Amino acid sequence: MIRNRWARRHVAEAIVKFLMIMSFVIVAASLGLILWTIIARGLPSLSWSMITQTPKGGYYMGKEGGVLNAIIGSLYLAGGGTLLALVFSLPIALYLNTYLGESQWGQYVRLSLDVLWGIPSIVYGAFGFALMLEIGMRASLLAGIVVLALLELPIMVRAMDEVLRLMPKDLEHAAFALGSTKLEVALRVVTRQMLPGIVTAILLAFGRGIGDAASVLFTAGYTDRIPTSLMRPTASLPLAVFFQLATPYKEVQERGYASALILTIIVLIISLGSRWISGRLSRYTVK
Amino acid sequence: MQAEGRLVLQSSAPGRIRQDRNAQRAFSVITLLPVLLIVIVAIALVVRAWPITRAASVWDTLLGVVWKPEDGLFGFWPFITGTVWVTVVGVALSVPPCLLIAFYLSEYAHRATRSVAKPVLDLLAAIPPVVYGVWGLLAIVPFVQDLVAPLAKRWFSGISVLHVHQPTGFSILTGGIVLAVMIAPLIISVVYEILAAVPNDLRHASLAVGATRWQTIRNVVLPQVLTGIVAAIVLAASRALGETIAVLMVVGNVAKVPTSIFDAAYPLPALIANNYGDMMSIPLYDAALLGAALVLLFVILIFNVISTLVLQRMLRRKWA
Repeated sequence: MIRNRWARRHVAEAIVKFLMIMSFVIVAASLGLILWTIIARGLPSLSWSMITQTPKGGYYMGKEGGVLNAIIGSLYLAGGGTLLALVFSLPIALYLNTYLGESQWGQYVRLSLDVLWGIPSIVYGAFGFALMLEIGMRASLLAGIVVLALLELPIMVRAMDEVLRLMPKDLEHAAFALGSTKLEVALRVVTRQMLPGIVTAILLAFGRGIGDAASVLFTAGYTDRIPTSLMRPTASLPLAVFFQLATPYKEVQERGYASALILTIIVLIISLGSRWISGRLSRYTVK
Repeated sequence: MQAEGRLVLQSSAPGRIRQDRNAQRAFSVITLLPVLLIVIVAIALVVRAWPITRAASVWDTLLGVVWKPEDGLFGFWPFITGTVWVTVVGVALSVPPCLLIAFYLSEYAHRATRSVAKPVLDLLAAIPPVVYGVWGLLAIVPFVQDLVAPLAKRWFSGISVLHVHQPTGFSILTGGIVLAVMIAPLIISVVYEILAAVPNDLRHASLAVGATRWQTIRNVVLPQVLTGIVAAIVLAASRALGETIAVLMVVGNVAKVPTSIFDAAYPLPALIANNYGDMMSIPLYDAALLGAALVLLFVILIFNVISTLVLQRMLRRKWA
């Protein structure tokens, strides 16, 4: 029997396959276009002083300075937020997997984490602001860290949860058979075996935290100085991009593009770095 | 520990057990946190937004079209419609290609193609919203302004949702395009995950009787996953509803009920983000803005709970 290549169904097959590949090309091209746009517009005004100086007087009218305040501020904010989120995430993820397993309560916790993940950062920002009004607190590094931790918590727990589920049961059973308690299994077996995945989860959350603008807008404020205490307001890179683009001066807008490039580079390093680190660390796990 | 002998191990046993019990207690308390957090966020916003009901009833606020904080008029309707327009355009642009890509990756692609696709999607998901905003400003605004809008003006001026009322590229369409790219990784990965959960036997049976791959997808795979795809779209929509900075930078921010995709809009998140500066200087302004956050939270919670429950059931085990 000779296959009729021009039968309707084969034509449909070809058309659909073409559309699929085109769609993929469009999405991949969007990524390329985004990166190219940011690099092409950001690179010309990226200079050494951009990343080593804080804004000098008249910076927002085109005078000298850089966005070191925002770079450091962002690292403080995302670093603090990630650390705070980690303190809560790891116990939750371990509890979900080692103690709760597939129980009903575990499913409720997972559902609420997914729902939390879906809450937009602007709502977390508004919530943080409402709390600050209640207790009479000003915009500060601390408030920004707390709100970012809230934002990062569900991302981190769910990412860890996904990894911990893949934990080889044999390994756990062997540890239990030797008389280990659940806590010992969680800390000495699960955490070590799953370290690459846990590190990836932490970096994922850090990347999300450092790029978020809407949550720190209300809570961390903005300042030209590098914060010296938790109670001081702090600048952040996303807001530096946003505010510089909002000025009417061309030079300042150009620096906004350069700041966007700096932010993109940091995020790309984190994203690619997490791949590399988890690859390195997985050499020390039981296959 | 192993070398210390039986005696030591035995004597330390009660301590270890106690430690385990304490840890279990502490962990279970910490695990309450995510569940409580949702409730606390909702309550805090309700409490802070409550004073707005003094100015007007809830319905008058939601459906009011006039936004003049200095006169005590807080009508949310232009912002609600703006949010809906941008979200619908974004989701409508994103869903067809994303479904095709998910099907392609799941049903056609070689392992090598998938290993290229994953980093592309990961990077798209990793790019911060503000960078999407800059891209929108530099690439999409001129694209809409100089290319799409003039074309629409020439060919589609008979269709009211495609009317061009204003000359700039800051429009719902621009915001929608940016959103479409932003939510693409989410839609693709969720739909891909659903497709991976469909048993291969079904596909094999269909292919064995001579169906083409597309016939297999349409007649065998698609009916299995339709609910899941709807849930994935709802999830993506809820993500799009709350997107703030990227949309705010390209959508024009005009507080008017839009009638065309070339109109500017002013979505709720943009309203909140843009006005936090003056909200303490005008009475009830802060309550109104936190009320806007509450409306957003309410809609997103509903969308999220429904879609997550459906997806949880479809996948049995949870997706990322």
